[in-house]
Amino acid sequence: MSDRKTIADNGLGSPQASDRNAIAGNGLGSPQASTTTDRALVGADAVARALARAKQAGASEADAMLLEADSISSRVRGAEIDFVTQARERVLGIRTFVRQAGGLSCGSTSTSDLAPATIDRMADEAVALARATAPDASAGLPAAGFASDAPDLALFDPADRHVAIEARIEDARRAEAAARAVDARIVNSEGSQVSSEFRSVVYGNSAGFIGSYESASHALFSEPVARENGAMQRDYWLTAARRLDRLEDAAAVGRRAAERALRRLSAKRVATCEVPVLFEPLAARSLLGHLAGCVSGGAIYREASFLAGRLGERIASELVTVIDDGRLPGGLGSRPFDGEGQPTRRNVILDQGVLKTYLLDSYSARKLGMKSTGSAARGAAGSPSPAATNLWLEPGKLPPEEMIRRTERGLLVTELIGMGFNPVTGDYSRGAAGQWIEDGRVVHAVEEITIAGQLGAMLAAIDLVGSDLLWAGSVAAPTVRIANMTVAGS
Amino acid sequence: MSGSDPAEARREAPVAFFRERFGVDARTVERALGVALERRVDASDLYFEYGVQDAVVLEEGIVKSGERHVEQGVGVRVQTGERQGYAHSDEITVESLELAATTARAISESRAAPSRVAVQARGAGRDLYPVATAPSEVPVASKVKLLGEMDAYARSRDARVKQVMASVVSQHQHVLIATHDGQLVGDVRPLVRLNIQVIAADGNHREVGYQGTGGRYEMARLFDPEVWKPLVDDAVRIALLNLDAVPCPAGSMDVVLGPGWPGILLHEAIGHGLEGDFNRKKTSAFSDRLGQRVAAPGVTVVDDGTIPERRGSLNVDDEGTPTQRTVLIEDGVLVGYLQDKLNARLMGMEPTGNGRRESYAHLPMPRMTNTFMLAGPDDPAEILRSVERGLYAVSFGGGQVDITSGKFVFSANEAYRIENGRLGAPVKGATLIGNGPDVLTRVTRIGNDLKLDLGVGSCGKDGQSVPVGVGLPTLRIDGLTVGGTET
Repeated sequence: MSDRKTIADNGLGSPQASDRNAIAGNGLGSPQASTTTDRALVGADAVARALARAKQAGASEADAMLLEADSISSRVRGAEIDFVTQARERVLGIRTFVRQAGGLSCGSTSTSDLAPATIDRMADEAVALARATAPDASAGLPAAGFASDAPDLALFDPADRHVAIEARIEDARRAEAAARAVDARIVNSEGSQVSSEFRSVVYGNSAGFIGSYESASHALFSEPVARENGAMQRDYWLTAARRLDRLEDAAAVGRRAAERALRRLSAKRVATCEVPVLFEPLAARSLLGHLAGCVSGGAIYREASFLAGRLGERIASELVTVIDDGRLPGGLGSRPFDGEGQPTRRNVILDQGVLKTYLLDSYSARKLGMKSTGSAARGAAGSPSPAATNLWLEPGKLPPEEMIRRTERGLLVTELIGMGFNPVTGDYSRGAAGQWIEDGRVVHAVEEITIAGQLGAMLAAIDLVGSDLLWAGSVAAPTVRIANMTVAGS
Repeated sequence: MSGSDPAEARREAPVAFFRERFGVDARTVERALGVALERRVDASDLYFEYGVQDAVVLEEGIVKSGERHVEQGVGVRVQTGERQGYAHSDEITVESLELAATTARAISESRAAPSRVAVQARGAGRDLYPVATAPSEVPVASKVKLLGEMDAYARSRDARVKQVMASVVSQHQHVLIATHDGQLVGDVRPLVRLNIQVIAADGNHREVGYQGTGGRYEMARLFDPEVWKPLVDDAVRIALLNLDAVPCPAGSMDVVLGPGWPGILLHEAIGHGLEGDFNRKKTSAFSDRLGQRVAAPGVTVVDDGTIPERRGSLNVDDEGTPTQRTVLIEDGVLVGYLQDKLNARLMGMEPTGNGRRESYAHLPMPRMTNTFMLAGPDDPAEILRSVERGLYAVSFGGGQVDITSGKFVFSANEAYRIENGRLGAPVKGATLIGNGPDVLTRVTRIGNDLKLDLGVGSCGKDGQSVPVGVGLPTLRIDGLTVGGTET
């Protein structure tokens, strides 16, 4: 027991360690502890230093983002702890624009060393890089419209900072034990893993905007292995949320994972055919991921998407409404402002099948003669690019059981593998595992097959949408049925 | 440093780098390991990393931005039995090191007898990738110039070329590894890569083609037109080819894989399933199959981290073990696994120099280096002629495998129908799916033309990405499922 305590005492979840100042007091960031020559800057001071230095070095515009994260994770496999990790990371990203004939040119740098001398050097290097690149009439910070509100998006629960690592490891143990207790055929596992991360973001730019927010994310993932007649199958289930009390019960996660692995046993191949294909929520959300890439402003202005130039057209079935909302309370993709300081917002991408908007940052918006949709995604390092925040397909009215009942013969896809999607053409061909449906009933598991089509045609052919919208990340979907796809098998 | 002896200089360079920049010396390391070893543990190590990543990207005819990212940190690991404790920090200071060591050791239950660690600097024993100029020292202007030339050349090739994206990216990484048994070993790792992607359009029909090359060598080599022009030619050719491509057939058929990059088949179907962690836990479709036939006679597959200048090569792995050539399948029989220290110890085997990690922020695990099949006896042209109806796949996007069921998939971006032993129409969107322990038993012809890939592969596992290489001779596999749209 005493050893577990030691983990907690140094763990992120413990009160004294969760306070960033306390960590500095422990010696991690204190000046006397440092062997570098000067004291590391924190928070807004680091951002302000970078912006001031960039200006001094000749940048006409600049922005900087500081990201700090404390995290813990642990995996339990069987009765044993597999690993426990603890991490503390910081990255300062600096982006500078230099005015040249014809526009602004851009250079970016990042560093995890926040000593003032290093920040100065990285700002200087960013300006030097900008001088070496070409001017671009569309480059630069957003002209206006910076976020002026500070909505409470429920991005973390302060009480979660005090949760000890043992409690999280106990969750992993419960998931693992529950998974293994479901059936004698659950003989093994890749383990049950928990993680918690507390993150703080500060963003500032030379237009005078500075903003910050804190967030947390917690997750539990369980991956058991079932065995029968010498063949093994794995599957998983997971839960993820901004607050610990929003996570699904650990034992329920383990049981669900085990049930999913069990139902894959005795899988068969099927003969090549064309049938209706249902996607379970975890599989269906990958379709939204592909869609998000194809409506991202970067792919649109490069004409690297099959949806370029199709705004206002019906590209999907009337049953399909897809929304991206950066201000969904408690959403794992929520944030008060985007990577350029623009307020996040709700964007309806597909309204009953009609393509209503692309996802744009200020650069792609200028290229396309449009306005930013507050979709600039940015890690601290590098340039922003447009991406989805919380993205979902609006649920319909049918329970998934009813969707299966209405399918005479078809495939229920439960997992997809491979990289077979081409955003330029929309061509889609991926490996699949799932359940075979005959006469409106699941009859056996299927494996070693592929499903193929074209994303636009697939979205247009969605003829049933389930009521079972599932959030387990920042992209969510209910079960959907595509009226017809090619299934390749034996 | 005794400047005259190159071996001595190689041993000293990374050690001196961390001493001068961060004040990390043998004493610091010994103290941190001492803290980690205050509990009864089986092993402990420290991993220091300082890396500079550079990227210059061209699109729409201009280089719009340049980037530089500096990453540094230290990871402290303690192992006891199957357990690992790991803590890392992006501050390389004595204090953060000891705090991390305290955290990492907390996985151990009991106090150990006091022990002292004395580390001894050891060289990697060789340098597979010496460079005169670190990639981080190459002037940005020369990269900008290269990308501009590639753009102009691509557009001059065909009027249907509408978009060109090209990039030069590089990494220059210093690592230093200290272990509980007193080793202190460093490595300096250059890595460069050049990519080009072309979008060609015919009316409203757009298609994409891409190609790239890279490795652990002088960046200046990429500036040679004999290196970059063939890449551009290839990207343009594939984009145009796909404008004329027909939908891919669906179903089971005989497949011929071209030499080189199609070796991704070995990586997905075989390599991952032979990594020590999955086999120690017995969650791999290859578990407990050492000594059994898993491939047709004549099939020999190796993983070799010692090939000079290759993207997947390393002088020492990320646990300080020298890399080696490991035979995985010999004449069709499974003979070896890929091991890191933890899994080797638990399985009573020797580490094979395959303990790798993405960065100091990650735990090492068994990973591939350069994985390829040895050449066979057959003439590649004759292999094509031997197939009545099937698919010839020469280039691939990416792949994925389910280790436990053994099912793998990979996607072709250049493939053709084979009809009566001759190449037919190009097809698009071909995905191949199969079963790892079974697929190589269906190999019926092995070409005499082994080729390694051009040096662009990255492998993902448990959220960690590491550079790898693959290779293959022309190969005929009977009865593989091809996922297309035409039934």
